[in-house]
Amino acid sequence: MGLLDKEFSEGNIVIAKVDDLFNWARLSSIWQLGFGLACCAIEMMATSASHYDFDRFGVIPRNTPRQCDAIIISGTVTLKMATRIKRLYEQMPDPKYIISMGSCANCGGPYWEHGYHVLKGIDRVIPVDVYVPGCPPRPEALLEGLLKLQEKIRSESMRKKTV
Amino acid sequence: MKNREEIFEILKTQFPDAVLGIDSSLPTEVIILIDPFKIKEVSLYLRDTEELNFDVLMLLSGVDDANGEKVKDEEGCDLIKGGTLSVYYHLDSINLKHKVTLKVSVPREKPEVESVYYVWRTSDWHEREAYDMIGIIFLNHPTFERILMPYDWEGYPLRKDYKNPEFYQGMKIAY
Repeated sequence: MGLLDKEFSEGNIVIAKVDDLFNWARLSSIWQLGFGLACCAIEMMATSASHYDFDRFGVIPRNTPRQCDAIIISGTVTLKMATRIKRLYEQMPDPKYIISMGSCANCGGPYWEHGYHVLKGIDRVIPVDVYVPGCPPRPEALLEGLLKLQEKIRSESMRKKTV
Repeated sequence: MKNREEIFEILKTQFPDAVLGIDSSLPTEVIILIDPFKIKEVSLYLRDTEELNFDVLMLLSGVDDANGEKVKDEEGCDLIKGGTLSVYYHLDSINLKHKVTLKVSVPREKPEVESVYYVWRTSDWHEREAYDMIGIIFLNHPTFERILMPYDWEGYPLRKDYKNPEFYQGMKIAY
C-alpha cells in the first residue's frame, strides 16, 4: 500500500498518503469486543489462543464497547440478546466493523423455521461487514474473515464517510 | 424402599380428598394424580415422613395435554378450547432409594397450581420455566416472572396452539 514497501531513507522519513497511514494503523489493531454468544464463541476463543493467535493481527479483546473497533457476532442471536447487541453497537465509537460469524448470526442457521426466539440474521439489526460461513466456522475461516475485513479497511478513504 | 403402588396407598389413606387417583396405563411409570390446590400439603408429607423421605425434586415439568376442542379463529389458525394443562413432579429419595411421579391437571382457561417452592427450592426455576413456556400459574411463588423469554413477550411458546408474533420490538421474527 505504499507505506512499508518503500525502504527507509537516511533521514528516517517515510512519505505516505494520510489515507494509507490511517488505514494501516486501523487494520493493524482491530480491537474486538470480548463478547461470545454460543458454540461459535468457543472457536473464537480457540482463534485467540496461542495456536492460531489472533493477536498477531492486532486483535485484542477489550471489555468495554467504548474501546472497540470491531464486534464479532459469534453465535445464535436470540431476540432478547439482539436488543442488547444493538445497544452495545451504538456505544462503540466510529469507525466500527462487524463480523458475523457462523450460520446462526448470518441467517438463523438451524433455527430458521421453528426458532420462535431467534433473530434470523444479525443484519436485520446492525450492518454487517464480513460474513463467515460455517457451523461453527473453524479458526482458519475466522482468520480469513478477518483478512477480508482488513482488505475492506485498506480500501477506505477519509474523504467518504464510513459506515 | 417402597414401590409406587405402596406409596399411593399411604397417600390415599392420609389424604383421601387430595389424592384423585392412580394411572397405571403407561408402560414406563405409574403416575399419582393430585389436586392442584393440595399439592403443597402432599409434598410436605412426602418429604417429612420418615418412611417416604422424598428429599429431592428431580424435575418439575409443565405439559400441554392438547386434549381440548380444536377450533379455528378468525384468521383460520388452530386454537384449542378447554381441556387441561398438566404439571409433573418427579421425586426421588436418596436415603431410601425410591422414586415417585405426581401429576396435577388444571383447566386450560384457568391454569392455577399451588407452588411447592417452600418444600423443594429446586422448583423455583422449574416453576418459572413452566410458566414461561406453557403458561401455568403457580400460586404463592415469591419471584414469579418469566425466566427465559423477555418480560414483555406475549404468549407461551410451547403451547400446542401457539402462534409466533410477526414482530418483536420492531424486529421481524419469521425467516
